[in-house]
Amino acid sequence: MSVKRYAHGSRVPGWDRAADLAKDPALIPDPERTEVPPALRAEIEAHMANYPDRRSAALPALEAAQRVHGWCSPEAIEQVACVMRVTPGYLDSVATFYDMLENAPAGRHSVYVCTNISCSLRGADELCEEMIRAAQGDEEINVRAFECLGACDIAPMASVDGIYVGPLELSDVPALLQDIRAERPVLPDKQLGRRPVADPRANSREYPLHPAAPAQRGRGA
Amino acid sequence: MTGSSPLLLFTDIDEPGLNTREVYERRGGYESMRKALAMSPEDVLAQLEASQIRGRGGAGFAMGTKISFLPKGAIDKYLVCNADESEPGTFKDRELMQKTPHTLIEGIIIASYAAGASRSFIYIRGEYVQQADALDAALAEAREAGYIGERILGSEHSLSLVVHRGAGAYICGEETGLLDSLEGKRGNPRLKPPFPANQGLYQGPTLINNVETLSTVPAIMKMGGDEYAKLGVERSTGTKLVSVSGHVQRPGNYEIELGVPAREIIYGLAGGPPEGRSVKCWFPGGSSSPVLTADDLDISYDFDSLAKARTMLGSGAIIVVDDSTPILAVALKVAKFYRHESCGKCTPCREGTNWTVKMLERIEVGEATPMDLEIMASVQEHIMGNCLCVLGDAMAMPISSLISKFRGEFEEHIEAARMRRGMAPGETNGDGALAAQGAG
Repeated sequence: MSVKRYAHGSRVPGWDRAADLAKDPALIPDPERTEVPPALRAEIEAHMANYPDRRSAALPALEAAQRVHGWCSPEAIEQVACVMRVTPGYLDSVATFYDMLENAPAGRHSVYVCTNISCSLRGADELCEEMIRAAQGDEEINVRAFECLGACDIAPMASVDGIYVGPLELSDVPALLQDIRAERPVLPDKQLGRRPVADPRANSREYPLHPAAPAQRGRGA
Repeated sequence: MTGSSPLLLFTDIDEPGLNTREVYERRGGYESMRKALAMSPEDVLAQLEASQIRGRGGAGFAMGTKISFLPKGAIDKYLVCNADESEPGTFKDRELMQKTPHTLIEGIIIASYAAGASRSFIYIRGEYVQQADALDAALAEAREAGYIGERILGSEHSLSLVVHRGAGAYICGEETGLLDSLEGKRGNPRLKPPFPANQGLYQGPTLINNVETLSTVPAIMKMGGDEYAKLGVERSTGTKLVSVSGHVQRPGNYEIELGVPAREIIYGLAGGPPEGRSVKCWFPGGSSSPVLTADDLDISYDFDSLAKARTMLGSGAIIVVDDSTPILAVALKVAKFYRHESCGKCTPCREGTNWTVKMLERIEVGEATPMDLEIMASVQEHIMGNCLCVLGDAMAMPISSLISKFRGEFEEHIEAARMRRGMAPGETNGDGALAAQGAG
């Protein structure tokens, strides 16, 4: 993922999507004229009911819309704005701030490869390059270098649609991509959920491995 | 010795089904909640104060004192659990939430009772999908059992709890950035004061605690605050989860008693660097803590000893770097991370992180002179203390420490890179090492 920066290098997230001042600001969408898929509407309304202030539902609502539309497209933002009764501009400001919200069309499957310090010390930069190279041309798979994912115990690692796998070798890359394409659990033996805690004193006896996660939370699922 | 210290959080944590209420209660779960609800909120707070537990998220502020800052009286108060575990090198909360989510929920019930909060939220980073799912499932069970809701177990205490998923931003681990994000905005930090204890979520008094801190609360209630305070050392009581990563043979989470020597953790528990390599430097508390070197391995791992060594315990994340790694690569990795995560609100942080990356890149390609090290050090000084939050400081502290402790290596690198650069255009130097180092 290339991050757009000012010419001298710094940035404020979302700066490159400045408002068009020649246009009137978009208002809260008219519910009569905005079609929202019923399931999406129900999910957003359920999130809004969780909070004293409905705007708190912005992140879960955008995440839900992204699952439906593949990214935070103008149409997705319009639908969320309509249900939440806020302006599209407000949601745009939120969507451009967070790394997991896509502001351009993206593949249905997200592969985040951690390239932060602990993973990098164990070869993550090479892994990420190899992963990007191997997935090139496959529009369904969105490989991104990502900041620390909180799994340095399985470094180098990646998150595939929310499932953490590691430690990964360069030779794991083909199998990992095959699993994604076949829509089956990725590298079941390397999934984090199956790992016991490292501290040898934590468990008084050996326990069976946790079962591999049965399903993947694919974006289109 | 770590071998004899008790385990409070990790006891049989891999027992199958511990994530369910059935197994958790069979092992004595939710007993502490019953005990607490039978006491007065003041008495519960007194137990937490007696335990002297300090926050496990990074700042190390005394939890009991923090609760006592909340105004008294019948106003809407909030409890927010900070589960936005994003400090590079930290992965302890992930283990707790995934394997024993009910411990956290029980801790939240007890802490909210002591604080008089009736609404609570767990702000979990969006990347932790499986952990948030585990929390949601546990929350549904707790609700069904009447532990979350109106008048819990017939007491006067009512509590709602929502698991709120973030969407990927390090800055949302900063408590006021977290609050803005939870209110549905960009996660920009707020000016302090007012502090969240007075004006936090929705402008109401808010208690914010880390996952590990809250997960320890049931153990404190079970054993009593005074007993808990006997663990560890003075002013650093109790046990602590440490996440050890980088160049060690057994990376992972370990529960230690505060005050054990760092060597015991890095070599004894995590196995030290691979055969034939040695420790070059280590971050004692996440990537934002100033580094220590092999000479400091015998330091006592507790809040005050590390502060005295001009670094910090932070989140308890030890990152070990061995002697095969060029220090420039480490500095560049750290600086690039903070540049990416700066929210852009305060100029010293937004521009300072960027300038630091650019100067390090100049060193890498041989465009720097030794004077650039002075300039870079002065940029760090101009970031520290000059922003709304400490994200900029979080880069400035480790970068300053890397420059001051490895100055010789930086200077050698500058000279070597300049020599290579002095070669005729297009001429290769037949040495791929620099390119490999530049991978950071």
